[in-house]
Amino acid sequence: MNLRDTLTLSFSTVVSYRTRSLLIVLAMALGVAAVVVLTALGEGARRYVVGQFSSLGTNLVIVLPGRAETSGGFPGAALGQTPRDLTLDDALFISHLPQVKRYAPLNVGVAELSAGGKLREVTVLGSTSELLPIRHMKLSQGSFLAHGSERSAQIVLGSVLAHEFFPDGNAVGQRVRLGDSRFMVSGVLAVQGESMGFNSDEIAIIPVDYAQELFNTNTLFRILVEARSRNAIEPAKAAIAHALKLRHDGEEDVTVITQDAILATFDRILRALTLGVAGIAAISLAVAGILVMNVMLVAVAQRTSEIGLLKALGAPAADIRRLFFAEAVWLSLAGGAIGYALGNAGAWMIRLAYPTLPAWPPAWASMAGVATALITGILASLLPAARAARLDPVLALSGK
Amino acid sequence: MIRLTSITRVFRMGDQEVRALNGVNLDIASGEYVSIMGPSGSGKSTLLNVVGLLDRPDSGRYELDGSDVTDLSETERARVRREKIGFVFQSFHLVPRLTAAENIELPLMLEGIAPAERKSRVDAALDAFDLKDRARHRPAELSGGQRQRVAIARATILRPTALLADEPTGNLDHRIGAEVMALLEGLHHAGTTLIVVTHDRELGARAHRHIAMRDGEIVGDEK
Ligand SMILES: Nc1ncnc2c1ncn2[C@@H]1O[C@H](COP(=O)(O)OP(=O)(O)OP(=O)(O)O)[C@@H](O)[C@H]1O
Ligand SMILES: [Mg+2]
Repeated sequence: MNLRDTLTLSFSTVVSYRTRSLLIVLAMALGVAAVVVLTALGEGARRYVVGQFSSLGTNLVIVLPGRAETSGGFPGAALGQTPRDLTLDDALFISHLPQVKRYAPLNVGVAELSAGGKLREVTVLGSTSELLPIRHMKLSQGSFLAHGSERSAQIVLGSVLAHEFFPDGNAVGQRVRLGDSRFMVSGVLAVQGESMGFNSDEIAIIPVDYAQELFNTNTLFRILVEARSRNAIEPAKAAIAHALKLRHDGEEDVTVITQDAILATFDRILRALTLGVAGIAAISLAVAGILVMNVMLVAVAQRTSEIGLLKALGAPAADIRRLFFAEAVWLSLAGGAIGYALGNAGAWMIRLAYPTLPAWPPAWASMAGVATALITGILASLLPAARAARLDPVLALSGK
Repeated sequence: MIRLTSITRVFRMGDQEVRALNGVNLDIASGEYVSIMGPSGSGKSTLLNVVGLLDRPDSGRYELDGSDVTDLSETERARVRREKIGFVFQSFHLVPRLTAAENIELPLMLEGIAPAERKSRVDAALDAFDLKDRARHRPAELSGGQRQRVAIARATILRPTALLADEPTGNLDHRIGAEVMALLEGLHHAGTTLIVVTHDRELGARAHRHIAMRDGEIVGDEK
């Protein structure tokens, strides 16, 4: 019996045992769909977190005042001293390090914004022109803080603020009042939405000198540093820590963290999670495989006299084995394909329901899901097929 | 040509032994028409199964068309069955989900014959056995006589040298049974060796050679 006839004959068998076939295909499809949907979820979560982090900036090194170390606490605190603050001079100092591509000092506070008779409290960031590229921000109108113009009274508004104060969309060039000072709107940020719980659509950005004046301080909240490359992140971190220690009379009173280390950890955890979840889903495929085996064994028992007939007609054992084997291939193919479609539909619905979650099933998972369905189905058919081929023709004909 | 020499077939049920065939010697020439009769359990079906290479004797020698087939491998036995033997059973043994035409086509498929040739040969067989208008019917939609005609068409589609029928009329009423026998005899006239196991004296008497069995032995052989 040639391959084509084996396939067509087994296909017609699969089709005519409708209930049995549907049951197997359903079990297989659910297993594959589970693999696809669950990995899509895991992968979506991973991409979401990675996306959130990288929207903060690439190759980012963050300097914050104080020693964020549990062992030993603040060195100064033990002596009753407050740790030294970060200053603009510190920022300027580390900007000369060779590993540093650019830097932006950062001040944060709350102030009252008023214009055209409207008034509200806003979060104010004080920084420099470099904040835009470091934080990957985008403008929808006008320009950002001009380079080297720290002394000019410019303000950049978040998209929501701009809309609230200037609903006509003509914010650029308008004058606003922040606290007691007057600023001119130089640009409006594009809609960015929430990122790491911080809504940049409702902030105002002014030059750092003005911010320090406004909040009556000469210290910084953070220094954001962009390293020259991914490989320069760790050297930059070390160099910055070393430089500031020297400047601060040998006191390690700042904390330098890298975005990358946190990101890598999350990435690892979430990848492992996706794999684990895929593994659990694959178990349901193994269960489907056992189901296939049982149903096929029952099928062999039901069709004993038919197998006997085929033998009487002169079918060699190999033909009979291949017929049952081909049935399993058809069933697993159908189960794999339907499961793949179901899983992708499920992932699509998740993306519809949670647009922020990029729940795309990874290609490897879809492939592995379908392949596992095929392999389990085929493995599960080996025993029943061998049993059918081994039947004694005389006994089989009499249905025993 | 079929030549059985001292064929023994023993079934063991627990510690009980049943000698279904006990030293059977039998020569059947090509083109003969033989009936085998005997009481139930006398070994008629076992003899037919051995002749049809479905069953292996425990001892003895079997020669078919001049070659020794006693010790052939399973695969070779399947090939000999396909090429030289046609079986007709009391209970028809049609595949229920295949149509009449598809059932007749099965041996051609097993033999690996191309679809175009299969179709013309099946059509010819449907014609010859008066099943043309039943070609697309499944066995459940056919009468007993029609089912047995489909089974005979299937058994003869590869033109076997020997046709082995085990109570081919056992499930049919007298008139239809006679029609089926006439059909088988037609095939015998065309040159096929025909061996029929039957309980029906009248039908058995129509054969040209009558073999009587009892307790696994041949106790009568007359022409
Ligand atoms: N697979 C088997 N296992 C055990 N005993 C068997 C088996 N097949 C046949 N026998 C025994 O062998 C003997 C001959 O059986 P066989 O079927 O050849 O008889 P038969 O002449 O065809 O009878 P019937 O007319 O009832 O069909 C019987 O005693 C039967 O019980
Ligand atoms: Mg019998």
